[in-house]
Amino acid sequence: MSGKGMNLTLKIWRQKDAQSKGKMETYNVTDISEHMSFLEMMDVLNEQLIASGDEPVAFDHDCREGICGMCSLYINGEAHGPDRGITTCQLHMRMFNDGDTIYIEPWRAAAFPVIKDLVVDRTSFERIQQAGGYISVNTSGNTQDANALPISKHAADEAMDAATCIGCGACVATCKNSSAMLFVGAKVSQYALLPQGQVEAADRVKNMVAQMDLEGFGNCTNTGACEIECPKGISLENIARMNRELMKASIK
Amino acid sequence: MSVLDSKVPKGPIKDKWTTYKDKIDLVNPANKRNIDVIVVGTGLAGGSAAATLAELGYNVKAFAYQDSPRRAHSIAAQGGINAAKNYMGDGDSTYRLFYDTVKGGDYRSREANVHRLAEVSGNIIDQCVAQGVPFARDYGGLLDNRSFGGVLVSRTFYAKGQTGQQLLLGAYSAMNRQIARGKIQMYNRHEMLDVVVVDGKARGIITRNLITGEIERHSAHAVVIGSGGYGNVYFLSTNAMGSNATAAWKIHKKGAFFANPCYTQIHPTCIPRSGDYQSKLTLMSESLRNDGRIWVPKNIEDAKAIQQGKLKPTDLAEEDRDYYLERRYPAFGNLVPRDVASRAAKERCDAGYGVNATGEAVYLDFAAAIERYGKEQAKIQGIDNPSADKVYDLGQAIVEAKYGNLFQMYEKIVDENPYKTPMMIYPATHYTMGGVWVDYNLMTTVPGLYCIGEANFSDHGANRLGASALMQGLADGYFVLPYTIGDYLSDEIRTGAIPTDTPEFEEAEKAVKSQIDFFMNNNGTKSVDHFHKRLGKVMWDKVGMARNEKGLKEAMAEIKAIREEFWKDVKVPGIANEMNPELEKAGRVADFLELGELFAKDALMREESCGGHFREESVEESGEQKGEAKRNDKDFAFVAAWEFKGEPADAVLHKEELEFKDIELKQRSYK
Repeated sequence: MSGKGMNLTLKIWRQKDAQSKGKMETYNVTDISEHMSFLEMMDVLNEQLIASGDEPVAFDHDCREGICGMCSLYINGEAHGPDRGITTCQLHMRMFNDGDTIYIEPWRAAAFPVIKDLVVDRTSFERIQQAGGYISVNTSGNTQDANALPISKHAADEAMDAATCIGCGACVATCKNSSAMLFVGAKVSQYALLPQGQVEAADRVKNMVAQMDLEGFGNCTNTGACEIECPKGISLENIARMNRELMKASIK
Repeated sequence: MSVLDSKVPKGPIKDKWTTYKDKIDLVNPANKRNIDVIVVGTGLAGGSAAATLAELGYNVKAFAYQDSPRRAHSIAAQGGINAAKNYMGDGDSTYRLFYDTVKGGDYRSREANVHRLAEVSGNIIDQCVAQGVPFARDYGGLLDNRSFGGVLVSRTFYAKGQTGQQLLLGAYSAMNRQIARGKIQMYNRHEMLDVVVVDGKARGIITRNLITGEIERHSAHAVVIGSGGYGNVYFLSTNAMGSNATAAWKIHKKGAFFANPCYTQIHPTCIPRSGDYQSKLTLMSESLRNDGRIWVPKNIEDAKAIQQGKLKPTDLAEEDRDYYLERRYPAFGNLVPRDVASRAAKERCDAGYGVNATGEAVYLDFAAAIERYGKEQAKIQGIDNPSADKVYDLGQAIVEAKYGNLFQMYEKIVDENPYKTPMMIYPATHYTMGGVWVDYNLMTTVPGLYCIGEANFSDHGANRLGASALMQGLADGYFVLPYTIGDYLSDEIRTGAIPTDTPEFEEAEKAVKSQIDFFMNNNGTKSVDHFHKRLGKVMWDKVGMARNEKGLKEAMAEIKAIREEFWKDVKVPGIANEMNPELEKAGRVADFLELGELFAKDALMREESCGGHFREESVEESGEQKGEAKRNDKDFAFVAAWEFKGEPADAVLHKEELEFKDIELKQRSYK
């Protein structure tokens, strides 16, 4: 099933390492099938670069089915590219046309420094989770029976919708303030909606928000770009819920 | 007598684990603080083990090649996790889960391990709920279950189509709590490149920092490998791009036996390949076979016309379609186990009946389900004589509610609307049942070296049932290893910290560095992927869904030749002391090129058909089962554990005979 064979111009951010200055470089790829995924197109480019003795472009990727959250890329000014509800690895070349010029950049945020080319350091997300993104329960084999604690289907479904976040960082990359509130709000919400999360709710939200600020993420000004670009459709309501939880925790 | 000691405790099967746990040596809390444990891999097995060991008080060092433990490929598991809770009251029990798993594995797993797995399965669900994992619930607020292939009860717990994600995030949250306490030191973007053995015991690992390229030494009193399976030996699989066998293969080369490499699961419902640029394959959940009917054209002329794009599947009349699973297996129909469904698809496509340009695809058709649900809905809603369009709309809504996310995923990839035209599917490598040999304690043949999750061989025999991989990963990490490792570590309380400035660490580090130097200076002409794709093609064509003696012998020779060429002509760009994805891939493919040959050797040795391993020479000759897989219990009821002897072809076979005291061995029949 060969495609229509697009010829494309790629403008790609190249940066040797965190210390070096980066710049946009221009590359051409030819005969790109519309059935290729965007990252397969990047594979084609890299094979071409290796063959000609150049260094391939470094980019993060792993599962290539939209769930691990490893892939990123700011494509033509949009996190995860022009399609909606998908990650870059699920973006297909049929979204582009023969002769297009495509701009490919890393996530841009002070809290996500570039490691190399299109790869950024997202360990700030890790530290926010470590500040309170858990329920303190040891593994014992003596935990109460799972059905001893009924949870309304509505609450469980809503918690699941929040928990579906893949931690890719598109929300931060797309936000003009580089805010991480959609990410943090999703985790806070998952636990706030479940009875298991109540015991530590106040400390959790305070500690996670404090760590978020410490990492240098910006504030939320309700633009809503994060919700549009989020590959998993995480709702802005989660930010509102986080703010309510924080308020509740502060006046206790 | 075999050198393998499975260390299975004596006594009746249902008491073995309980009795054993009561007698196991423990390490007192004050001493645990002085003991270090390395865990490689942070998926369901490694992540849950790291968290639990840290909770117990050990100092844990955890390693992942990804930028976060949360990204391990367990995250991609869709369907669910089995547990013998019997919440549905449909007669489930520990024994039934045990029985189904042994039978599903075609009687090639170790009974005692499987029974223990079934015993702890309920604990897993309790633990995950306590952690805040948002499992699906019914309107009464209790946990919901669904049914999976090969069993007669509903015992599968799920969180939408993202069960693996939610379970991994649960283990990750438990890890985060311990990282915050300093009990886990987390090494993201680090890859293990060798294990260090001192005086016969595993005492540490050599890693490469994937950001700086620095080669590091890490020591510990025990090393746990939870690095997943080796499905990427086929190049194309449903595994993540980075999934690799390097940790498992390196320990094999240092003395850990590798068991049953030929047991591979080829999943029947994946999106077919579309071109040579293809980098991976995407799974469509097994649950689709509940409502989809699988078919190819009955006439070869129609198949040719479809392949050339001259005919549409919807134009083909009912009598011109061959619903081959329903035809061959009337009792189970489209719901036969994975291995049977995969082989049947291959058989039709090999005969020329494939339905896309590559000839490697079959249809999965929902038209009948849409009509059936539509009529049912019309009746429920009291609509008399509904039009065909109305029936279709009502039915589509039901199918969308059940499988909407999968249909959307399919449409994004293939650019066809699966409500209007049948899906195309084809089998793809999905899971590897074989792996590092371990005893009942999950310890390998190297003292102090453990292996858990998909990386070991233990619980699934020759075929894994749906929703059992997540169960095994978490059972090993949360409830088995943290106990059994104490038995070994109780002798280590006086050892003290393990130094890394010893000749053994020196030597291991030197070997790692010299391989890296080799790659950087080789100046070959072909990329790593070039060799990986060639290996994958040999594996798929000759060591894939159907295998025979001639093909396997050819495969061994061809893989060896590709390996020799790889070492002469591979080209790795860039430099060693910075982020270099091509260098990472080169090391992984070097190991796959050895593993692939052992894989073929194992398949050649096993002259029977069992589970995912199908030998064309071993089929039923007559009767109702004519043409079906023929197992040979008399000669092959053993685990094949291979000892490394320098070259994959020289590996020495050790047999662990399998005893079935509690289950009668039977032919699997789905007719």
